Amino acid sequence: MEQFFQQLLNGLFQGSIYALIALGYTMVYGVLRFINFAHGDVFMLGAFTAFGLHKWLGPTFAAIPWPVSLALTLLISMVVCAVLGMVVERLAYRPLRNRPRLNVLITAIGVSLFIEYTGQLAFGATQRPFPELIPRTAIANTGGLTISIAQVVVLATTVLLLVGLRFIVMKTKMGLAMRALSLNPTASTLMGVNNGVVISFTFGLGSALAAAGGILYASLYPSIEPFMGVQPGLKAFVAAVLGGIGNIPGAALGGLIIGITETLVKGYSQNVGIPSGYSEGVAFVILILILVFKPSGLLGKVEREKV
Amino acid sequence: MKRYSAQIALIVALAISLGVSLVSDNIDAYYLDIALNVGINIILAVSLNLVNGHTGQFSLGHAAFMAVGAYGASIFTLEASQQLIPMLGGPSAFATGTAFLIALVIGGLCAAICGWLVGMPSLRLRGDYLAIVTLGFNEIVRVILQNTSGDGPFGGPLGLKGIPPHSSFFWVFALAAICVYVVASMVNSTYGRGFLAVRDDEVAAGSMGINTVRYKVTAFVTGSFFAGLAGGLYAHLRTTISPEGFNFLKSFDIVVIVILGGMGSTAGVVLAAILLTVLNEFLRDAEEYRMIVFSLLLIIMMIVRPQGLLPSLPFLNRKKKSA
Repeated sequence: MEQFFQQLLNGLFQGSIYALIALGYTMVYGVLRFINFAHGDVFMLGAFTAFGLHKWLGPTFAAIPWPVSLALTLLISMVVCAVLGMVVERLAYRPLRNRPRLNVLITAIGVSLFIEYTGQLAFGATQRPFPELIPRTAIANTGGLTISIAQVVVLATTVLLLVGLRFIVMKTKMGLAMRALSLNPTASTLMGVNNGVVISFTFGLGSALAAAGGILYASLYPSIEPFMGVQPGLKAFVAAVLGGIGNIPGAALGGLIIGITETLVKGYSQNVGIPSGYSEGVAFVILILILVFKPSGLLGKVEREKV
Repeated sequence: MKRYSAQIALIVALAISLGVSLVSDNIDAYYLDIALNVGINIILAVSLNLVNGHTGQFSLGHAAFMAVGAYGASIFTLEASQQLIPMLGGPSAFATGTAFLIALVIGGLCAAICGWLVGMPSLRLRGDYLAIVTLGFNEIVRVILQNTSGDGPFGGPLGLKGIPPHSSFFWVFALAAICVYVVASMVNSTYGRGFLAVRDDEVAAGSMGINTVRYKVTAFVTGSFFAGLAGGLYAHLRTTISPEGFNFLKSFDIVVIVILGGMGSTAGVVLAAILLTVLNEFLRDAEEYRMIVFSLLLIIMMIVRPQGLLPSLPFLNRKKKSA
């Protein structure tokens, strides 16, 4: 029983990061109707930006309390990645704005691989230890459950970012424009929305969340490499589809479900004699099931296709 | 005469591949290897083009079907060929060849069955969803193969080794020619027009009475079958296979060929398979730049020339829309 709750908790922490990445997919999809394949790679770039910052400013960061340096690291990396996301949108996706969706998807795959392999060239293919931004010491040990400070901070930061995002989307003018654009791009232009700016903003926001996800992920699993974004990126995408793509609470819910299921499968598969390596495939099995039985996702709306 | 031009082209191609095969001992092993890779990539790309280009379903998991074919064919060769060859009249060129052909077809059929299993449920999806599901299927196949036990028939993470090198110039190019012929004549037949109808507008095709699911599954199963054949050829060329060799990047390589050649253009795809395989050889010394070049190529193609290198040719491709 204790083991079950421990697994559940670990799944919750893991799932919260998936949720954070899934939000980026969902936002871009909601506004532009295409899967930004390169999202997982922005996640990687976020972790590497934090890594670089700490290499550069290490002594300064060591002198100030960790919550301050963490906030600074998060903020700077999020800004850097937001700018990168906007640049990618400008160079690769904007020229394809009115082309078939598949062309954009193919470009996105190209962008993703381009970032990964350029990253490999720039950072090297080896795994690097990630600096301890958040102390990894255990705080609670009650009832046989172990929780570390890092895990709590990750969860808290995720919740904070989720609430912040919901505020931006629901209460600000930019959020209103995003929602208008996602409903009908032509009508939103007629109502005075500058679609180009809104799309840029969406990419920036999504990329900033991915960067935060990358840093938090690397704080829990402290080793980084240029391909670290691939698997979390794919799983977060599955989470977005599971929750109903384009739906923000759905992405959060999907992330949690994927994280918890995966951790439970990993924890218990050995009890029934299945190698734990199979847990890598769990997310995709969920994906196929959800797409076959409820393609609009758990919280998504059904869309009718017209000729 | 014009009516039979495709059949004549097929026979000529088969004759040439047999002819070259007879003198292939005189060809430098390095160039022969590149040529065989070209042939295998032609099969892979043309079969993927049937799914992605002609039918408009975007599959990102072609390497998975290749893997199923490669494993199916190799296991047959490793486990059953020894018993089969004496039954076909002892170790002769004919017996080995027949056993190899059976192995390839078994690999192809295994892949086709997988294609059907994945296709039936997931082809109700369209566009980017299907892309992700096939990518997921690619991952599932890799994860399963990797987690099998090392002494089982699949060889676990290390894969299979000691597969006899049966893939000769004749086999590779004869099958490549058959693949091109089958795909081209399928698309150009009355039945095959349905593929293009599904691609151009699925909802409209459906309302005109076309059974869109059946067309999509047919394309998917045929594409998987040829991918399986190519996998078998690949296994019997390399003599070792491992799950990692059939990961997403392998699928990506094939997608790049199809995009460069032009989705829906058989001749373009054949040309692109030749170009990219040779380019791949040139980039072997600069391995770390290879994927950067390929991904940039893909992005630039999409922005500048999404229709691919060649304009549609009247013989192998669908005719251009007349105004």
